[in-house]
Amino acid sequence: MSEVLLSVKNLRAWIDAGAEPLRAVDGIDFDIHRGETFAVVGESGSGKSMTALSILRLLPDAAQIVSGSVMLDGRELMGLPESEMRDVRGKRIAMIFQEPGTSLNPVMTVGAQIREVLARHLRITGAEAVRRVVQLLEGVGLPSPAHRAAEYPFQLSGGMKQRVMIAMALAAEPDLLIADEPTTALDVTIQAQVLDLLRDLQRTRGMAVLLITHDLGIVSGMAHRVAVMYAGRLMEVADRAQFFGAPRHPYSRKLFESLPGAASRGGELAVIPGQVPALTENFTRCRFVDRCDVAIPACREGEPAMTVLAPGHSVRCVRASEPATTYGGAAAHWDAAEFGKEPQPDALLKVSGLKVHFPIRKGLLRRTVGQVKAVDGIALSIPAGRTLALVGESGCGKTTAGKAIIQLIDPTGGRVELDGVALNELRGEALRRSRRDYQIVFQDPYASLNPRMRVGDILAEGQVALSDNRDPAAVMDRSAELLRQVGMGEESLGRYPHEFSGGQRQRIAIARALAVRPKLLVCDEPTSALDVSVQAQILNLLKNLQRELKLSYLFITHNISVVEYIAHEVAVMYLGRIVERGTVAEVLGAPAHPYTRALISSVPRIDAAGGHPVVRLGGELPSSVNPPKGCHFSARCPQVRDDCRSKYPEAVALSETRTVNCWLHGI
Amino acid sequence: MSSAVVLAAFLLVGILDSLHFRPALAVGTESQMVARLKGGMPAQAWAPEVKSVLDELLERMATRKERTYSAPLATHAFSKETIELPGGGQSREFPRLQFGGAHLADPAEDWSGDILRGLLRGVALALVIWCAFTALLLVAVRPSNTLNIGEFADATWKGSTDIPWRAVLVTLGIVLLVAVPAWHLSANYHVLGTDKVGQDVLYLSLKSIRTALVIGTLTTLIMLPFAVLLGMMAGFFRGWVDDLIQYAYTTLNSIPGVLLIAASVLVLQVQMEARPELFPTAAQRADFRLLFLCLILGVTSWTGLCRLLRGEALKLRELDYVQAARAFGVSNWRIMMRHILPNVMHVILISVVMDFSGLVLAEAVLSYVGVGVDPTMISYGTMINAARLEMGREPMVWWSLASAFGFMLLVVLAANLFSDAVRDAFDPRVSVVPRKTRFALRSQRAGN
Repeated sequence: MSEVLLSVKNLRAWIDAGAEPLRAVDGIDFDIHRGETFAVVGESGSGKSMTALSILRLLPDAAQIVSGSVMLDGRELMGLPESEMRDVRGKRIAMIFQEPGTSLNPVMTVGAQIREVLARHLRITGAEAVRRVVQLLEGVGLPSPAHRAAEYPFQLSGGMKQRVMIAMALAAEPDLLIADEPTTALDVTIQAQVLDLLRDLQRTRGMAVLLITHDLGIVSGMAHRVAVMYAGRLMEVADRAQFFGAPRHPYSRKLFESLPGAASRGGELAVIPGQVPALTENFTRCRFVDRCDVAIPACREGEPAMTVLAPGHSVRCVRASEPATTYGGAAAHWDAAEFGKEPQPDALLKVSGLKVHFPIRKGLLRRTVGQVKAVDGIALSIPAGRTLALVGESGCGKTTAGKAIIQLIDPTGGRVELDGVALNELRGEALRRSRRDYQIVFQDPYASLNPRMRVGDILAEGQVALSDNRDPAAVMDRSAELLRQVGMGEESLGRYPHEFSGGQRQRIAIARALAVRPKLLVCDEPTSALDVSVQAQILNLLKNLQRELKLSYLFITHNISVVEYIAHEVAVMYLGRIVERGTVAEVLGAPAHPYTRALISSVPRIDAAGGHPVVRLGGELPSSVNPPKGCHFSARCPQVRDDCRSKYPEAVALSETRTVNCWLHGI
Repeated sequence: MSSAVVLAAFLLVGILDSLHFRPALAVGTESQMVARLKGGMPAQAWAPEVKSVLDELLERMATRKERTYSAPLATHAFSKETIELPGGGQSREFPRLQFGGAHLADPAEDWSGDILRGLLRGVALALVIWCAFTALLLVAVRPSNTLNIGEFADATWKGSTDIPWRAVLVTLGIVLLVAVPAWHLSANYHVLGTDKVGQDVLYLSLKSIRTALVIGTLTTLIMLPFAVLLGMMAGFFRGWVDDLIQYAYTTLNSIPGVLLIAASVLVLQVQMEARPELFPTAAQRADFRLLFLCLILGVTSWTGLCRLLRGEALKLRELDYVQAARAFGVSNWRIMMRHILPNVMHVILISVVMDFSGLVLAEAVLSYVGVGVDPTMISYGTMINAARLEMGREPMVWWSLASAFGFMLLVVLAANLFSDAVRDAFDPRVSVVPRKTRFALRSQRAGN
């Protein structure tokens, strides 16, 4: 092993919160070697970001570092005066944040922001600085860097902003780059670009990277060594191969098991029961013991120490030395028979030619000068009791399509038929009454429940508005039943949403939608704001509800592995249109459209061996005001031909259940 | 909680002042505003002057008028006057006041002692009243089943009760300590001096409280329905409703407010003078004018809050829970009442209180310009207006302006703090458990 660059020993950072401090980081130790990528994985609230901020001594006011030492190249950072610490930040250790949109100053050009770093740390100013900025922007793969340097952040897309952030972080040539969820806010194809960039930069510069993420797929593709963090402590530290080959801590194993995917399709996903313990506790036992399914009495007799299993692999578990099972690397195997045998039931929902255009108005008289074609003629159908997944990157119009189907947005054109009734033709009272047949579950469980209403009132609202159930006692009974259905206790009725965790709130949101006994449920990214283990609970719940209540789901998501787990059919959307449609096995098993192929290959996968062929897409999603001529994807397509640029391809049926809009499959 | 007590004290004064009656008859319980607007018949049997309970309580302050200025607690007038000496000659000296310290034989020597005695007696009385209150509180509000009196007193002393009774008691003590001695001294002195025509400034200040409160609350009440309803409708419905409401308030905003108010008040004045038979008493007339002022202030001041609420509603209508309610086919009206209104309540509360203070100040400005309340009405505005010229005198007459300023500040500050507390209390997300600060953490660290 090469020399140790950063060494963290017994770091504790506590947050002041009421009577007892919150032990957000509670004694962690790790070393980062020169030129390696060290990944810290954990669910939200486990203290990953606090660790990063503690290293840079950038904690918020309410938090403080209670004990511990951070040595950079043998130099203690904790005792440094603030003025010297400023030289360390940026120059020796640089950081990039999750949200590129808010990390850049909106009123300074990106070039000026990078020059600031150069002037501060390297004392480079004037023409030399301008030259270096261009060089740096070129280094992070920004097209026409000289031009971009003079632009303001709002003129750049999310992916470009993150590139600028990286360029800024690299400006002073730091030894260590802390990347806190660097791609979480980005789409998969952009995420793949940024991760590639980080990997290349690290290789060429020999820089160490502390990568903080919740996505095991990213870890698998990026990290040399992995640390799993839980409730403020590292539970397992291992080399990548060791970790993905055989994770030893029960928590690490659960994390793998709760990942959805094709392999777990038939059964239930593993869930971790209970919740993360309150961090105000001073633990005198293993902090995972209450949720662990292999706990033994010894787990409660004091917090286990790190057990070294092999060089570079240590686990904080009393049962660490027992033999382990193997995880990961399970290839998707598609059981075609699963779909072929079942007779196709009649379609519950039929959508044809659905269009949603938003006019762009300008000037005094508000004349329409253009159209944002958010949804531009999509057709789909969902049989009763089945799930159709609508997949695509952000901005492709999938959420707008979902809202237009349940008539929250007036469609500009097309037809939406549920059970033979054309919803888009209903008006007034008839439309209101029809709403009991279709409901929606939103992405963000924090925004979808009114913070000033009790859970009981939230659940009662739909019943009172839509069903004939108006007797208060009956409404209460039904609400209690709904809560039981989604696995929550009756006592929650009188409480406010803020008293619940994200997963519980999402259960409440599902219960609310079920209150009027709908036939169709539009799930708009219901799990993307949740942690993996909670996501597993919600996915299990949705699957069980579908079986019991014969619900149909329109499942809107960008997460391919969730699609693999829950959907029967899938439709891939690009720039307001569906480019490929078919059963999950057909589309994900053998994607026909180049975009589908790129999308699927961009998803970071857990792969013990590492490396799978990836179709990299250049560029960004074009604007839906001015889509490219011809096939919308022609501007980014790796297999583009001349006829692609002339005319939008018609749908071509590849099989009974499958269509694709691509000239490559033309007649 | 402290602010609530101060506010309560002001409210008490205001309400006492609103309980009007004519001395010939028993106390009228209805507030004067209502009674007078119903156009009560002038009954000859009653005394011509309408008094409030407060007037009765403060009668000795109101009636003992000096001729002109006197400093707080003074025994002699503020300016020299020519006095006819008993012997027939004349001399220029500071004359003795008619009432202030009139009982003292030799003001120069007895003055300080007398003040001190009065103060001490007042303080003693205040303490007695305070103790009585405390005892009453301990007996009355003690959670009957859990604690005995001793334990409850102990908990109150340590400040560990759910409702911060300790803060209540402390504030109450301070209010009493200021009010009772002042009351006590006012028997023989003008505690805050007198103004140009010899009226007691303390009396004026107390009388002005009602004017300020009435202006603040009434105007707010008139303004709220406009602002809340129109603002929410504009934000929620968008489209032509939004355009219409926006045009309305932009137009209203672009008319200079003072000009509009001045014009309306002048028109009213002319109308009132043309029909003197509608207003049998001067107080009725003054109150009607006050009411009209509130109305016109309310009509001109709803735009700010309306604009704020429109913005909030625009934001809220896109939130998922409003979308979910729409997916349930909940009617627009219900969505506004159940989802939007509770979530803009904090904006309303804050801006209402800020407007409240602004309106009290606006009244002062308008009275200063001469289009505010009736000149016979006692208000901070008229007080300040009267006091402004005297700031230029040498030596300066400061007490009139200072007391108007001090009282106004207290009202507004108490209202501001109180609204903060109210907002927190209504927000289910903020727990009302008292927050222990960093001490816990410090002691933990020390322990490690």
